[in-house]
Order: sequence, then structure tokens, then C-alpha cells
Amino acid sequence: MHVDKTTLAREFINLIPQARALQLEITEIRDGVAVIRMPYDAGLVGDPDTGVIHGGAVSTLMDTCGGAATMAHPSNPGGTATISLRIDYLRAATPGQAIVARAECHHVTRSVAFVRATAHDDDAENPVATATGTFTVEGAA
Amino acid sequence: MSRRPPEPVQVVKQRRDAALAALAERVPYIRFLDISFDRRGDELTGVMHYDDKLIGNPHLPALHGGVTAAFLEVTAIITLSWGLLWEDVESGVLTLDALEAGELPRLPKTIDFTVDYLRSGLPRDAYARAHVTRSGRRYASVRAEAWQDNHSRPIAQAHAHFLMPRKES
Repeated sequence: MHVDKTTLAREFINLIPQARALQLEITEIRDGVAVIRMPYDAGLVGDPDTGVIHGGAVSTLMDTCGGAATMAHPSNPGGTATISLRIDYLRAATPGQAIVARAECHHVTRSVAFVRATAHDDDAENPVATATGTFTVEGAA
Repeated sequence: MSRRPPEPVQVVKQRRDAALAALAERVPYIRFLDISFDRRGDELTGVMHYDDKLIGNPHLPALHGGVTAAFLEVTAIITLSWGLLWEDVESGVLTLDALEAGELPRLPKTIDFTVDYLRSGLPRDAYARAHVTRSGRRYASVRAEAWQDNHSRPIAQAHAHFLMPRKES
């Protein structure tokens, strides 16, 4: 029987209170890859002079997306926690536009999952941020 | 020559607290995370007041790692801006009326941000302090750490670089 991973992931993300508060929506999930969308919200603005979303909200989006990609990796048996995350802010996200993060878990050892991620607004060719992260592999000896 | 008498303590406190409030309270995302700042002289401690919506792992339960990172970034930005503002507030270049009218310098922009997670964040208030390692004309380097019940057991540490706002000449 085919289990729809995206449906399961949607249910999973709805159980995370902070993901719900940010209205995060998983739009794609498959082996080691996750795509999550965060709609624009005036409550998340970090610079009241420009209306640009705070970097902290982008951190949460990137962290959630990296964790989802790790859990979606076929060799990861269970849950995960972030060990470290580095984000480079390439440009200000355009006010009024959703931010979409795409994370790829590109390598998994017995204990550590390595993740790369990018985030963009409506201009998908021109990312607003890139990130690299390391995540725990649960259930490892 | 006679020295100018020191200002009454209440005047000094009112001016400093108004400057800090003007800086932090006008940022919507700081209100979203319900972060406030305790001030002792020029030293700031961020306080992130617990709310169920900050949870990232409902099974443990634990604070969302992204929220902890955001708390450190907010504390770094406000501490850095506060350092820039302090001199103008103390010298009277920035008056209370101007501050209340929102005449504040632009905020520094984050260039990069790196966070290490040390322990899972418990469902309770968290505290953070930032240390400005270098504040230059164009770039600044800042370290920050967050803790909960025990300062000696931090839950996360971060370091970040910022692009400084241009001074209007």
C-alpha cells in the first residue's frame, strides 16, 4: 500500500506549536528532501522601517525544514534534534511575499545528518538565505 | 570651576528605559516571541517569556530550536543597537521626545548567524546575553548565549556578524 508521505508530514508539522504559529506548510517531502513555505505575516517583521521579516523567523523555517529533511532520509530511523545551524543572509526578503525553504539531507552517518538549505521569496532564482546544519540521528547506538 | 551636579536618578532611569523600550517594543517579531529586556546600567539581559506556542517538540516537550536561535539573534541585535544608542542618549543628542516619536537609528542587518545547541530548551522562561566583540563602522561581531535555570548550563550559544546602519552625516 502506498502511504502518502506529504499527508503524514502535514499532520506531523501541525503537531508542532511553533510551526503552527508561523503557519508553516510542507509542500514537498521525499527521501532526504523537504520544502516548507512560510507565508508573509506582519507579526513577524524585524525591521519596522522596511517591513522585512526578522531573520529569527527564517532561522525557525530553516531549522524546521532541515529537521524534516533529516527525518525524511531513508537511513534515519527516528526523530532528530539540531546540533548546529549556520545561516547566511544574502538579501532582504521582499515584504509581502512568502518565504520557501528547501533543505536537503545530503549525508548521514550513524550519529550525524548533514543538511544544506536555501530559502527564496517569489524570485526563486535569487535566494534570500542559505544554511548548513548538522542534526542528530536518533536511535543510533 | 564648579562641576555640573549629577542628574537625579529618576531622570536618568526614565531616559534610559524609554530609549530601550523605543528600541525593542516597536519590532513586531520581538512582541511575537514576547521578549523583554532587563537593564542594569548599560548591560542588557533578554528574557523570553514562556508560551506554549514556542514549543518545537511536543513530546519532550522542548522549545523550538529556531525560537532559541531567534531569541539569540534578537538579543544580539538589540544589544548592538543599544551600544550605538547609549552615547547619544547619555549626551542628550537623542531626547526623550524624539525617542518616543520613533526617531531611532536603523537596525543592524544580520550577515550570518551560527548557533550551537547545547541542551534542549525546557518549557519555561529563557534568558540571553550578547557580547559585542567588535563594533566597527561597517561590520560588527557579536557572541551570545542563552540559558534557563542555571547560567552555568547554557542551552545554546551563537556568534554572528552584522552590517552596521549608515550614520547620517
